[in-house]
Amino acid sequence: MSENKFYQNIPKEKFVFVDDADRLHDKKLETKPVSYFRDVLQRFSRNRASVVASIIILILFLYAIFGPIIGRNNYTTSLTDTMYLNYGKLPPKNKYLAFLGMDGTSKVTLNDPDFQILRGIYEETGMNPVLEVYRAAYTDSTASKTSRFYDIKVDNYYRMGMIYLTFTPAQYADLQAWQDKTGIQVIYPAITDAKQVNANIWYKANPKGIPQLDKDGNFVPIYRTTTPTDTSYTSLRIPQDNDPEKPMAYARVTGTSTTRSYVARVSKYQYFNYRYGFEPSFPFGTTDRGQDIFTRLAAGARFSFMLAILVSSINLFIGAIYGAIEGYYGGAIDLTMERISDILAGIPFIVATTLFQLHMAKHVGVAGALFFAFILTGWIGMAARVRMQFYRFKRQEYVLAARTLGASDSRLMFKHIFPNSMGTIITGSILVIPGVIFSESSMTYLGIINLESSTMTSVGTMLANGKNFLSTYPFIIFFPSLFISLLMISFNLFGNGLRDAFNPSLRGVED
Amino acid sequence: MHNKPRDEAAYSLRKRETQVLKYVVKRVLLMLMVTLIVVSMCFILVKLLPIKPAVQFGKDMQLIEMRREALGYNKPLIEQYFIFLQRSVIGGDWGVSETLYLGQDVWSKFMEKMPATMLVNFYTMIIAVPLGLMFGIYAALKKNKWQDHFISTSVIIFVSVPSYVYAFLVQYFLCFKLKWFPFQMEPGNDLLSWKTFVSLVPAIISLGFGIVAGLTRYTRAELTEVLTSEFLLLARTKGLTRSQTTVRHALRNSMVPIFPMILGEFIGIIGGSLIIEQIFGIPGVGPLYVSSITASPPDYNFFMLLSAFYTLVGLVSGIIIDLSYGFVDPRIRMGSKK
Repeated sequence: MSENKFYQNIPKEKFVFVDDADRLHDKKLETKPVSYFRDVLQRFSRNRASVVASIIILILFLYAIFGPIIGRNNYTTSLTDTMYLNYGKLPPKNKYLAFLGMDGTSKVTLNDPDFQILRGIYEETGMNPVLEVYRAAYTDSTASKTSRFYDIKVDNYYRMGMIYLTFTPAQYADLQAWQDKTGIQVIYPAITDAKQVNANIWYKANPKGIPQLDKDGNFVPIYRTTTPTDTSYTSLRIPQDNDPEKPMAYARVTGTSTTRSYVARVSKYQYFNYRYGFEPSFPFGTTDRGQDIFTRLAAGARFSFMLAILVSSINLFIGAIYGAIEGYYGGAIDLTMERISDILAGIPFIVATTLFQLHMAKHVGVAGALFFAFILTGWIGMAARVRMQFYRFKRQEYVLAARTLGASDSRLMFKHIFPNSMGTIITGSILVIPGVIFSESSMTYLGIINLESSTMTSVGTMLANGKNFLSTYPFIIFFPSLFISLLMISFNLFGNGLRDAFNPSLRGVED
Repeated sequence: MHNKPRDEAAYSLRKRETQVLKYVVKRVLLMLMVTLIVVSMCFILVKLLPIKPAVQFGKDMQLIEMRREALGYNKPLIEQYFIFLQRSVIGGDWGVSETLYLGQDVWSKFMEKMPATMLVNFYTMIIAVPLGLMFGIYAALKKNKWQDHFISTSVIIFVSVPSYVYAFLVQYFLCFKLKWFPFQMEPGNDLLSWKTFVSLVPAIISLGFGIVAGLTRYTRAELTEVLTSEFLLLARTKGLTRSQTTVRHALRNSMVPIFPMILGEFIGIIGGSLIIEQIFGIPGVGPLYVSSITASPPDYNFFMLLSAFYTLVGLVSGIIIDLSYGFVDPRIRMGSKK
């Protein structure tokens, strides 16, 4: 036994390899290695519903980003301009989407004076608001026997008719110059009856607005005339205005000779064209205050998305650190921190929002207060997920090995354990986005927070403002509702697909 | 002592009972603590607000000051807090309304509003639960056939769309276009009449969509899991027919998680029907809460009571769901160590 100890004396030549002939080799892999995220992507793209959902989300997202930029020329971006208030409740109209019924028309029942006004608009401007008459001059047994009614299809853009506007001499001259340049009639002759409130009644009518027709059934114009010496109007004239001795007056002049102003009857449709450079046509219609829904909704969506993404990333940050500390250290630290998050989780969101509104809205604004309310309790779900993952992985051999090699706590937590929870964290933080948008819209809808201002809006605000016009102008609420429904459905599908794709145990189970 | 198997079983049962009891006590205590903390927080935050009424023509400031003094609003915050704990949290006297129903007792007003909320939720559950179960069972039995695909797709859509969007659709099509139902709930005190029920149908439909869809999804998932389990295969091999195994074995077992979900849903919906109550003009707790916040100045006594109420509702529904799991299924033991 003892000579064995002198092994350093064994000559080198005596050593031979055990298996020199067929040395063991690792077989080179024939397939390419698939990384975790590539595998996730592959399995995700196999789920057709989720792919469609992610495309829809992308479209909605692009709409939110580029919608306000496309609509930049749109008059709604103008903050100082209150003219847009006159263009409220216009239904959707777009020449490319007219086949969907977005042609700016609607079916209405009018009484006789209102119907005659439409006829008058057609006769004066040549733009016919009445597209189709379904039922003409019938009497309704429930109404007075003398009043007659018309069921018609009306173009709401042409129906706007005339409006009285007051101009300074410079504005008046500018408008006339534009008329000369484009050849479009905007200003129409003034009428003799200055008390007539409705700018559309340019014909002889009784105080109730019922026209007094001549014997052939035609309107009798009551245009105001002036003398040839009046040079305030030098632009386009309507065909009837052909008597050089008695030209028609195109504005009622008020004020003194130094501060003179002109009250003119202008065509609302063409005035829009003059003021904003394009004919009015709103693909999603306008709100009750005349804001273009297409631009406004995109701006609201942008705000909602921005808030949601910000909340989601901050929740991710706080939740990941909090959950990691809880899960890694366990014991008393875990218990204490769990109790704190239990208490915070017990606060209903509506209570938190209200308190933040009452206290902070003055200092950080309504949106800021809402943001803090989301942060207060939003991270708890994320922390719980991370904590769970830490409990699962912290006793695993590779972590023990790393610890034995002297890795620090923070290195163990964030380099070795944390990456395991990436899947649940990504899924979780993406699903926060629709949750935030939904909560925000609920709170604004209830009127607990008010995000409406000339520069800012949100999807919930648009819903809340539109609900009063549900039965009369349903398109005001339709597009925000459609947006939020599409968003919720596609985020849910997307989240489901993502969760399945990130779940390694489902690998190869599908199809 | 433990050599006889019967003793062993009795011992473990007793042990389990004490475990569950311990868990229940722990959760309930935690719930009370959380509620107390939330209420205290609300109280202090509300009291920190400047709620002095503004000087205005026609207001007798001296009278207002006397009233504030009498109600104890001028005492130090800590003293007010202890009075609040003693009188409101323990004594149940939540004060009188300041703006909404001037001078009326907050608690009795709250109790007056409660039946309408309960009624809507009750009707909704009665209609939605059987429908949800039915669709879920049907989808599970037809798994991977077109019926299942149809139901599952609809469920995803219906579960995602917010309830107020349903409310708009229902109001527009059923109330406005077809004129089947009134826009708002029938006013009046006769809550249990047929007329009230008809006027509540739009609200019930709008609330019900999400619940039916959620329950369908849950039932389908649970039932398919049970249907593919081994004891069902055993039941089939021992000679039971497919319908026998489904009704006697699968359905019963799948009810274990479904039942607590229904219960928790019922309590949760009390807190969740806020918007629907607001839209359909139901004189319930939801609109009261919203108007207590949006009133100027906010009605803080209502706000305190209802915040406590909503906090408690949320916590109770969570506990019931967790507890019922443990009570109904002996395999799940809450709070057990690994």
